[in-house]
Amino acid sequence: MTTTYLERLLDPWKEFDRMNRLLNMTASSGSSEYPAVNVWVNGDKAVITTEIPGVDRESMDISVSGNTVTLSGSRPAEEPEEEGSYHRHELWHGKFSKTIKLPFNIDGDKVKATYRNGVLRISLPQLEADKPRKINVS
Amino acid sequence: MTDTLKEIQKKEVELEKGVERTRETRVYTPAVDIVEKDDDIVVFADMPGVDEHSVDVTLEKDLLTIYGRIEPEVPENHKLVVSEYGVGDYQRTFTLSDEIDKDHIHATVRDGVLRLVLPKAEKAKTKKIPVTGTA
Repeated sequence: MTTTYLERLLDPWKEFDRMNRLLNMTASSGSSEYPAVNVWVNGDKAVITTEIPGVDRESMDISVSGNTVTLSGSRPAEEPEEEGSYHRHELWHGKFSKTIKLPFNIDGDKVKATYRNGVLRISLPQLEADKPRKINVS
Repeated sequence: MTDTLKEIQKKEVELEKGVERTRETRVYTPAVDIVEKDDDIVVFADMPGVDEHSVDVTLEKDLLTIYGRIEPEVPENHKLVVSEYGVGDYQRTFTLSDEIDKDHIHATVRDGVLRLVLPKAEKAKTKKIPVTGTA
């Protein structure tokens, strides 16, 4: 499906989604798809949620630059491999890094993140200076 | 890379024909590791969002079922603009052999990972046979 310039203009989120796809395609290969994220927006606030069970808290890093946020961390193996024989080996472990682009510049000082039951939730407000301002006409 | 992606994506549980769920939610098959050790079998299952109160481990005859209940947390007044994963319950069933000491199954959850320890019944434990050399 191709979108015209006008359509993109009318739906900035479609464009935002397209940009994210492009960004992730060009970003570091291999782990760029992990973790899967959901992005929620309410005007000048965004919430990113991601399921990253078993991740070592110490290794978790969230960095914000302009309108991008990068999540990285690593998940250790649950059990040292030499200790037993594996009948199923489906869990993923290793390092990950993913960059997500938002449609606004993020206020890095006000970013909040919680990691509970393997779910990371980050709330990212828009940078105050970038918000539209109302100018009073005297 | 496509293979890795496939493994990471959540798989929905397929229902048998004519069976419906009473709870309106998606149900996913959690990814698991099953490790056999000398004295027990350890199962790890990725169930992000689940805690010790929302996971049920049931044993009926030889069927061990793990079920994790998820209450989706939707940010208030927010609109979902990028959706790469779905949220729902988790369910997976395993058949156990008689070799498991069913009375002493132990389960813990940490950071969304369920750890189940299934101790082997006395008779199934690996016995080390000492080998003596002839002097």
